Amino acid sequence: MLKKRLLLAGIVFTLSAGILLGCSNQASPWSEAEVELMRTLWIESLPALPPDPSNQYADDPRAVALGAKLFSDVRFSSNGEVSCATCHIASKDFQDGLPLAQGVGTTDRRTMPIAGTAYSPWFFWDGRKDSQWAQALGPLENPVEHGGTRTFYVKLIQAHYKTEYEALFGTLPDFSDESRFPVPAAPIDDEVAAANWASMSEADREAVTLVYVNMGKAIAAFERTIMPRTSRFDFYVEAVLANDISAARDIFTADEEAGLKLFLNEANCTRCHNGPLLTDNDFHNTGVPAVADLPEDIGRARGAQQVLADEFNCLSKYSDAAPEDCKELRFMLAEGEELERAFKTPSLRDVANRAPFMHAGQFASIEEVLRHYKNAPDAPKGHSELEVLHLSEAQLQKIVAFLKTLTAMDR
Amino acid sequence: MNSQNKTIVITAVVTAVLILVGIFVLMPILGPRFMHPMMMERMHGGGSGTSANDLNTETTRMTNNGAFIVSFKSELDPITIGSMHSWILHVETADGQPVEGATILVDGGMPDHGHGLPTSPQVTQDMGGGDYLVEGLRFQMGGWWEVKFNISADGVEDNVTFNIILGG
Ligand SMILES: [Cu+2]
Repeated sequence: MLKKRLLLAGIVFTLSAGILLGCSNQASPWSEAEVELMRTLWIESLPALPPDPSNQYADDPRAVALGAKLFSDVRFSSNGEVSCATCHIASKDFQDGLPLAQGVGTTDRRTMPIAGTAYSPWFFWDGRKDSQWAQALGPLENPVEHGGTRTFYVKLIQAHYKTEYEALFGTLPDFSDESRFPVPAAPIDDEVAAANWASMSEADREAVTLVYVNMGKAIAAFERTIMPRTSRFDFYVEAVLANDISAARDIFTADEEAGLKLFLNEANCTRCHNGPLLTDNDFHNTGVPAVADLPEDIGRARGAQQVLADEFNCLSKYSDAAPEDCKELRFMLAEGEELERAFKTPSLRDVANRAPFMHAGQFASIEEVLRHYKNAPDAPKGHSELEVLHLSEAQLQKIVAFLKTLTAMDR
Repeated sequence: MNSQNKTIVITAVVTAVLILVGIFVLMPILGPRFMHPMMMERMHGGGSGTSANDLNTETTRMTNNGAFIVSFKSELDPITIGSMHSWILHVETADGQPVEGATILVDGGMPDHGHGLPTSPQVTQDMGGGDYLVEGLRFQMGGWWEVKFNISADGVEDNVTFNIILGG
């Protein structure tokens, strides 16, 4: 009889304890600090789009409409086959999935995505441009991207977009005189284009450049509207912030949750991939290998000098910004070993759809990227900021599982 | 179920509840030894052996050789990661007289990570009364930051370092 009672007591005790422990398992796996860190990565923490003082047309819907057309117009290229949309493909998160961008030729770098770049002070992998409109003008005169020159483009504006242009920017000068406005002509490395440009009067050059700049400002107005979209991760964070762990666990698998934990802690990812866009908009040397067939690429060390000298930078006469609006440029870090082979931190939103990775597509998969970060090899030049990570292959796989939750829900 | 069995069931349930509740209540006293190592690390201010707790994070400090007393006030309070902002630096002599016309250089970085500041902050204005405007500060990641000022005034040069701990 006593034995029976003891047995009963034991069973009831075990059951009660089991139920209680079961409940306590639903207690949050997150510390207060981790929850706060997650909140900073949440898409709802993204502030309203900041104004672009360098582009007075940035928020004009007519500029957005004109920019959208220019973005996809293949006539704006030397072979009539390349537009911005050739490399920035809307259905592929505005990139092309190739290691090196293919315009009229092949570039030395990987196409970057566009979503959320309106929040960034720097453009291109090396930050050699400091506004969306100045960025948009770069590929147009790059011999291997669109391959044209500004006199060629302003004539196309005159032929195809005169009405829309004038409604927005005022009277379009007449560029039809071939001797005054030769093609090709631009202040670029190409000998013929440079000679033609030098032959033009100062006033004519100025008139051409102003229209060219306005093209960039219209394209930028369109690109500003390309925003990051809510991912499964954002819903997970929302549930965690509401302290609803069971709802959170309906959204994430155990592996994804474990991957997030590693992402926030041991893997050091948020050193650079922080904020709601999961980028610090800064430049880092992470020891990414050089590509054998490409010319040496020193990244930000060159980009910083280029943006200081850029004819379209924030302090230039083509910028609508006052000098006090150009703090990023005025207080930019221009020199130092840290800039050597430093490249811009890309956003991790939609990262799973953006193989291959790094500035020249060096890594084919996220797994390869994570193994690189784990092993932290020496940089080919400069000094890598990476530290060896003591993570197992299984842990890396969990981080991969987490990174896949950053894909926009509507994809 | 007879009444004796009922008593046993109730006693067992109550005991289980009490023991488990007890563990939770005693957690702070038992200390962090039952916590997950990751949580412990965060409690102690980050992974790589930073003694962040021991750092002096006061915003008023004497320069290394005692020449000046320097304080800063950030335009952003609290300072957030990734935001370009400015500080007002106030410089006094050791006996409390405001120092005007000083030449001030800015430097800094993250000692644990071995990198400098991501921007080149500069003193852009001597505002008078010992106040100086420092523009162009940005901290792009969480952790321990140092911001150093080299101050020269009336033939005296001295240095001061402020420690800043940012979450994240
Ligand atoms: Cu750091």
